[in-house]
Amino acid sequence: MASKLTQSNGAGWAFALPGFGLIAIFIVLPFFFAFALSLTNQRLISPNPTEFVGFENYRDLMGLAVITLEPERDADGNAIRDEDGEIAYPRVRTITRSDDFPEYRGMREWFRWQSGENARVVIAADVVFMKALRNTLLFVLVVAPVQATIALGLALLINQKIRGINIFRTIYFMPVVVSIVVVSLLWRFIYDGSDGLLNNILAGLTFGLFEPRDWLGETSTALGAIMAMSVWQGVGFHMVIWLSGLQTISPTLYEAAEIEGANKRQIFRYVTWPGLRNTAVLVLIVITMQAFALFAQVDVMTQGGPLDSTQSLVFQTVDRGYRKQDISGGSVISVVLFLIVLCISLLQRWLTRDR
Amino acid sequence: MADLKLRNVCKSYGPVDVIKDVSIDIADGEFVVFVGPSGCGKSTLLRMIAGLEDITSGTIEIGGRVMNDLPPKDRGIAMVFQTYAIFPHMTVRENVAFGLTINKADKATKEAKVAEAARILQMEHLLDRRPSQLSGGQRQRVAIGRAIVRDPSVFLFDEPLSNLDAALRMDMRMEIGKLHADLAASMIYVTHDQVEAMTLADKIVVLRAGEVMQVGSPMELYHNPANLFVAGFLGAPSMNLMPVEVKEVAGTEATVANASLDAISVATKERPIRTGGTATLGVRPQYLTPTAPEEGMLHGTVALTERLGSETVVDVALRDGSKVIAAIGEDRVLAPGTEIGLRFDPAQAHLFDEHP
Repeated sequence: MASKLTQSNGAGWAFALPGFGLIAIFIVLPFFFAFALSLTNQRLISPNPTEFVGFENYRDLMGLAVITLEPERDADGNAIRDEDGEIAYPRVRTITRSDDFPEYRGMREWFRWQSGENARVVIAADVVFMKALRNTLLFVLVVAPVQATIALGLALLINQKIRGINIFRTIYFMPVVVSIVVVSLLWRFIYDGSDGLLNNILAGLTFGLFEPRDWLGETSTALGAIMAMSVWQGVGFHMVIWLSGLQTISPTLYEAAEIEGANKRQIFRYVTWPGLRNTAVLVLIVITMQAFALFAQVDVMTQGGPLDSTQSLVFQTVDRGYRKQDISGGSVISVVLFLIVLCISLLQRWLTRDR
Repeated sequence: MADLKLRNVCKSYGPVDVIKDVSIDIADGEFVVFVGPSGCGKSTLLRMIAGLEDITSGTIEIGGRVMNDLPPKDRGIAMVFQTYAIFPHMTVRENVAFGLTINKADKATKEAKVAEAARILQMEHLLDRRPSQLSGGQRQRVAIGRAIVRDPSVFLFDEPLSNLDAALRMDMRMEIGKLHADLAASMIYVTHDQVEAMTLADKIVVLRAGEVMQVGSPMELYHNPANLFVAGFLGAPSMNLMPVEVKEVAGTEATVANASLDAISVATKERPIRTGGTATLGVRPQYLTPTAPEEGMLHGTVALTERLGSETVVDVALRDGSKVIAAIGEDRVLAPGTEIGLRFDPAQAHLFDEHP
């Protein structure tokens, strides 16, 4: 079979060639390039020759450590407190810049927590990357289930035979057709702090009690705002995938369940959901991969700010690779992202395998 | 167990009437087969009884209760579908017990009922398999098992054997017959296969374009078809239908003839047949016997002979250019082109006032 496929199928291979070629040139080749570049100190434009640096870039990116800070103590051994009663600690830089701890050199504080009188500080070689990683994971964890669930709900709603159902299908699908850049620009107006649509609506609903806020300008709301907007934008696409899954379920299964006396909830549990297994795998994998690729929204709406609260991995890749001309740095992040997405896809495949 | 009454049942999709004023009585324990060509409305009628389609007008009564507006689960029916409709992600046991599970029956009842159904259908060894590991016949058995567990007053079968291959179909047909004898429940069975209809039914309902053409026992329909449609639909090869001229009507008999047919007298069975008019004469191929040309009532030449071993099917071109088929119950060689006569007993012939 294999030999027949490769030898006597010239026309078939010829037809496949443009597709294969484009994928090879723009996806496969760049991937190997990225991996190779991530092991060097390549810059976008530089007079210096490229040097092989091994896994140094990876160490610089992912170096992580926990240090314990003991409080500064007075002569009696009591912790010194400031006017607010907070315990005073030595500054982190006394460790990260100390010659006594060469392994922590150059690292910066990411976050800390209190452990008794001591403070535990997580220091990272690349705090911005860590924040981007955390934000991206959080984004995926929130967006994937929320978007998949809402999309399924919409698919169930539009999978009915009622007059004008195509109007609803069109409306729900519309955000998908609009470019994400345009959507992001529009939502910047919606989220605007001074006279945005969202603030106005909330003020109207609460009769002016609501304090307007700058949704994209506050660290506590910026990532949430981007999540909400992303869910809204992508939900129609997954709705269509769910819908196609719903329509593959044989109507006689529903009739059989109806005759047996199943109610709506039981029909969903015993007929619809099991029938959507394969679709669910597809939707989850696609949403997860799309969510990991979070870029345009951040680029247009916040540029990673405020205070790095909306940094994402792809945004950092582009930011480093092109804006900071650090091609190897960007490559490292893209390889890391690839490995994360690969692991998650494999995990999802395994969790949703046929048993 | 209950009897079932359909009274003036109609169904329309907008201006299109698919079921036209159907009234049928089905006694308790009876096996009724709805038969007819595709699109005659037999499945729609069954689905209306099941409650899967609503009724435009008329009433459906099961056990003396009007069922028109009751949901399927409250009608005391169970249905077996052509495509089995068993749940692919459940084992056979779970499939058979499905109705009990969703109605929250306790475990002991569930096990007892599933075991009973499995015993009746001889599929105890299949209970822990999944539908994907079953053959078509086994899947249909599971679907029947699920119906048995419901303990319905009426079983509904919607072309249950159409997706099976020929050999399996015969086995399953016999098994359904046996099941009916064992359970003594009313069963309504929809099929387009007349062999299934003839072998299984206590009563056959022949439908065409949403209308009942005839209701009766298989032999009644075979030997005494009420109209041309039933005459042509039942029996294989199908009945020979010949246009004839009515020479004379005397009492209950009419004398008919045409260019290839010598004058014979056939019972009119109170059909409006008039002297000088035309009619259609029907004779089943099995009742035609070949003879020497001069002894026959029908005259023609042999066009084609099909030897099946136990039977020989002869295609005869008559003098007037029309064709008849004779089925001879023995292996015989008749060379094409031979002049031939055909005889039959006029008592086995049917005279219709309609034209095909």
